[in-house]
Amino acid sequence: MLDKIKDFASEFFVTGDPLIYGADVSIGLTIIAVVSALTFFKKWNWLWKEWLTTVDHKKIGIMYVIASLLMLFRGGVDALLMRTQLAIPDSEFLSPEHYNQIFTTHGVIMILFMAMPLMFGLFNLVIPLQIGARDVAYPFLNSLSFWLFFFGAMLFNMSFVIGGSPDAGWLAYPPLSELSHSPGVGQDFYIWGIQISGIGSLMTGINFIVTILKMRAPGMKLMKMPMFTWSVLSSCLTIILAFPILTVTLALLFIDRYLGAHFFTLDGGGNPMMYINLIWMWGHPEVYIVVLPAFGIFSEIVATFSKKRLFGYKSMVFALMSISAFSFFTWAHHFFTMGSGASVNAFFALTTMIIAIPTGVKVFNWLFTMFRGQITFQTPMLWTIGFIPCFVVGGMTGVLLSVAPADFQFHNSYFLIAHFHQVLIGGVAFGYFAGLYYWWPKVFGFKLNEKIGKWAFWTWNIGFYVCFMPQYILGLMGMTRRVSSYGWDKGWWELNLVSTIGGFLMGIGFLFQVWQILHSIKFMERDTTGDPWGGRTLEWSIPSPAPVYNFATLPHADEKDPWWEEKLRLAAGGTPKPQPSLEPIHMPKNSGIPFVMSSFFFVAGFGFVFDWLWLAIPGLIGVAACMLVHSFRYKTDYYIPVDEIKRTEAAARRVV
Amino acid sequence: MEMRKGLRRLTAVLSLITMAILMTGCSDKVIVLNPKGAIGKQQLDLMIISTALCLVVIVPVLILTFYIVWKYRHQPDRKAKYDPNWEHSTKLETIWWSIPIVIIVILAAITVKYTYLLEPSKPLEHEAKPLVIQVTSLDWKWLFQYPEQGIATVNYIQFPANVPIRFELTSDAPMNSFWIPQLGGQIYTMSGMAMKLNLIADEPGSYLGMGANFSGREFGKMQFTAEATSQEQFDAWVQGIKGSSPALTKEGYEQLAIPGVSEVESFSSIPAGLFQQIVTKYGGHNHGSGSGEGATEHHHGSDSGEADATDKAPAMDMNMDMGDGASMNHEGHMNHE
Repeated sequence: MLDKIKDFASEFFVTGDPLIYGADVSIGLTIIAVVSALTFFKKWNWLWKEWLTTVDHKKIGIMYVIASLLMLFRGGVDALLMRTQLAIPDSEFLSPEHYNQIFTTHGVIMILFMAMPLMFGLFNLVIPLQIGARDVAYPFLNSLSFWLFFFGAMLFNMSFVIGGSPDAGWLAYPPLSELSHSPGVGQDFYIWGIQISGIGSLMTGINFIVTILKMRAPGMKLMKMPMFTWSVLSSCLTIILAFPILTVTLALLFIDRYLGAHFFTLDGGGNPMMYINLIWMWGHPEVYIVVLPAFGIFSEIVATFSKKRLFGYKSMVFALMSISAFSFFTWAHHFFTMGSGASVNAFFALTTMIIAIPTGVKVFNWLFTMFRGQITFQTPMLWTIGFIPCFVVGGMTGVLLSVAPADFQFHNSYFLIAHFHQVLIGGVAFGYFAGLYYWWPKVFGFKLNEKIGKWAFWTWNIGFYVCFMPQYILGLMGMTRRVSSYGWDKGWWELNLVSTIGGFLMGIGFLFQVWQILHSIKFMERDTTGDPWGGRTLEWSIPSPAPVYNFATLPHADEKDPWWEEKLRLAAGGTPKPQPSLEPIHMPKNSGIPFVMSSFFFVAGFGFVFDWLWLAIPGLIGVAACMLVHSFRYKTDYYIPVDEIKRTEAAARRVV
Repeated sequence: MEMRKGLRRLTAVLSLITMAILMTGCSDKVIVLNPKGAIGKQQLDLMIISTALCLVVIVPVLILTFYIVWKYRHQPDRKAKYDPNWEHSTKLETIWWSIPIVIIVILAAITVKYTYLLEPSKPLEHEAKPLVIQVTSLDWKWLFQYPEQGIATVNYIQFPANVPIRFELTSDAPMNSFWIPQLGGQIYTMSGMAMKLNLIADEPGSYLGMGANFSGREFGKMQFTAEATSQEQFDAWVQGIKGSSPALTKEGYEQLAIPGVSEVESFSSIPAGLFQQIVTKYGGHNHGSGSGEGATEHHHGSDSGEADATDKAPAMDMNMDMGDGASMNHEGHMNHE
């Protein structure tokens, strides 16, 4: 009996690596610490009532941000482990197996469990406030989306200590990801982690489309929406068209692995090329899904910190929408070398190049927003200005890659790695950082320390160039991606060493940011204005942090920058707009169902990973039961009485 | 102040990077920029043209960025104009919609042209008859078969310079990618199909070969040497292998296919139709150019020109001038637009 348990445990838990034992211990200690702290301070009830069951978009947004920063840490540690391994030739710091797992989890985590939730966090924190709404269209669904993402991410991360991590690359090309070549459970963790969080992503897409289309403040016509709202709309439209492809593709891969089907196998009439096409039909739009909101963030920031209207509004909207549409017609540029023939390659080269046009126009419009402005260099603006040259160069190498016959030489090399990190870090990460710095005072009621923020900005930026510029050259030296070591004879080590130093500089930049947050929580003054940057859009017209109902009375938005125009009117001696009298506010009630239902999804996913039907089936039954219970919940709302609104507004120093 | 310091730091970093690029650019180590074959050279031309075209826009944009950020920074009693409501100019916006459009149209025309010109399955125009090398990517090694010579090698190829090489490629393992950077771009090796890649070395030399697409645990070890020699040296090398190396049997191949890494090996003979069997064992799709039959015919020693007939057809449809296809110069392209 004991032997049986031992056998099971040695298969079940990942063993044999001191790094992993270290991680086991630290995970165990963290769990014990969190549980005892919650018990000691009697915070369980608070945790449940205020956070786990909340349907408030602002709190959900905060949870998204916290989770994604934790994932940024995990993905960043992965990155630094890889850079450490590659710093010198013939390094034995990581075995090839371990290296393969790490680059796989780095990619999956950074895109799906870092960029996506950070983006959703910003959607949640900003969109309802920016369009003058009191919540999203479907608050319950919103909470469910978050918990599905969270439990999906946990399931994926669990593979690190239980069962073994996936190691077939972040897009898991078959046949490598099929049962024949990846018999372990790592690939199943990959499938179920992404599937569960993917359902959440799809629902968030639907939620924000409806929110933006149906819940805007009176007067806010589509062509008067703030640019960030436009970018979220275009991103969400892309999500609802792209994510079903991912879900179906991974479902087919699961059926292959679990039921022995042959969709993507080499025998039985299957075809791995079909998977490669399908996964990129999602994968390419996915990169636009994450970058479009970053464009929106930059548009808001550049106007605010130049104290000037955004230049070329209509062009910007058209550019966003055309990028979103064209993103669906470029997927084959990820495999020009698959031998599809000259006509196919030529078509996809052209569609790819066409996307450069609206993207280039956006850069010109940002530049001319700054032109004749009054630019101040607080941290959100610094990240925006750092973004422009970085993204322009990254975009240029993207155009070089799109030249199909030249891509035969760039493909799979470090040139490609440098390119997509330049657009994903320089575009997406810089954009989300800028957004976090910009909206942080709105969310928490205080700014982040500017001085530490500048240190963070410069270490990140310099670190970025030191890390990735050498990788372009390494690619031209013939270094291919995903090699876990290389010999001294290749002549690659000097540049690899430089690149590793740059990677660690970015790591230090991240530490500066952590320090900045902790320092600011303790020392920063509270912002009482609700408008610390001189904002232009509706979110800056209310106190920070926003009251639970956001707007005491629904605002009107008759101009493009309604709050800016209002401030100008008041400064010119105008009278404030007459406010309608207060009325009780209709709000959604908290619900524990999303949390419980997502836990059941987690249980079911875990069961499928280990092929334990005795666990998977109860998990699925639990999911169904939650749906049933929710369908019979009739009291899902309540009213905030006028007295309470008055008290809240007065406390926020805004007597109504 | 803060900004000025920042700019200075950034300038310092940028100039360091530029120097690093220039210094390494001069060395032979940057092999993609130092091609030794007609295909690689044309691909390099294309890289240079497209980079130059992009720089036409990128450099002014970067200068403009620094200029605008500098000139319109907030400072007490500055002279630069402040115009908070200026938000639209049809003239300006027309200009910056048209600049990228023009650049992209030019680049697109060049790209389409080269895409057909450098289509990897297209035979090279050359007086010498192409040498056929059949490539199989295994876990985690490369098997090369020379059907006309009747020999095989592992993780090493040799071929004469100035003779077109016609690679036929497949995989008996997860997909990989066959890449000799100094001769030209890569192509995937996939099970169940025979891909084609036509390359040529313009001068003798020893070139790095890479397995470029991740294919599992020891994928990083899938590197090989591609050696271009004179015809005489090549013939001598073939004779040497025929004389001294063991034969590759069916069983020997099964052994070789077992996952693991391998040293350089050579075999004096190959089992009949081995390459074709590897291609068809997965149900045998005839990918694109139907090279499956081609492979068999080579093995039976028939003229490879016949097998090429199907490949040439699509190229002819494109009205490509086969006569100077391989030696087209840039001016030729420009005229075409």
